[in-house]
Amino acid sequence: MIRLTDQAFDPGALLTEFCRDRTETGAVATFTGLARAEAGATTTLELEAYPGFTEARIAEHAAAATARFGLQDLVILHRVGKIAPGEPIVFVATAAAHRRAAFEACDFLMDYLKSRAPFWKKETGPDGSRWIEPRDQDHTDLARWET
Amino acid sequence: MARVLLFGRLGDVAGWREREFESPSIAHLRARLAEEDEALGEALASPGVQVALDQAIVRGDAALTGRSEVAFLPPMSGG
Repeated sequence: MIRLTDQAFDPGALLTEFCRDRTETGAVATFTGLARAEAGATTTLELEAYPGFTEARIAEHAAAATARFGLQDLVILHRVGKIAPGEPIVFVATAAAHRRAAFEACDFLMDYLKSRAPFWKKETGPDGSRWIEPRDQDHTDLARWET
Repeated sequence: MARVLLFGRLGDVAGWREREFESPSIAHLRARLAEEDEALGEALASPGVQVALDQAIVRGDAALTGRSEVAFLPPMSGG
């Protein structure tokens, strides 16, 4: 399942639902990204997506992850709109027969979401607003998978 | 008629995020936007800005026929 939402979500409930009725899975790995307050410098995070296009690009990458790691299933839920510090922004869960594939696929999907998926992120704080672009570290993280 | 969408900082530079333009090509559209708003023209030409025509990334120029959707996409950052 790949979905964008402008509503807050509960990662625990998503994990419980994702694990239900799995008798052949063996391993579920998850990642939850939370909005940081940056010691008061950020009061609101705003995420913009391109409806239709964003989901389609993520789906292409999810298909690549499924093929590369032999996943049985995955969930990607990503917030859009205004997000307060401490709220979950993104939830990724991967299911595989064994743990290595589940861990690596989750890592692979997050590296893509951070620097290539069609989202635009604006931080607002006491000193105004700024659009965030991927850091060098995000590009380095993504490059790990290009072998 | 092309529906033009600006994302991220491009929308803030222009002061709009969606408008309709009559234009025969992406190159013509870029020139027209730059003529109307110099700051937007510079922002659209800056490194890392991609263009999607009807939700598919295009490189270089392309003709705009019928009802097209042209989106200008600055560098992306999620999660």
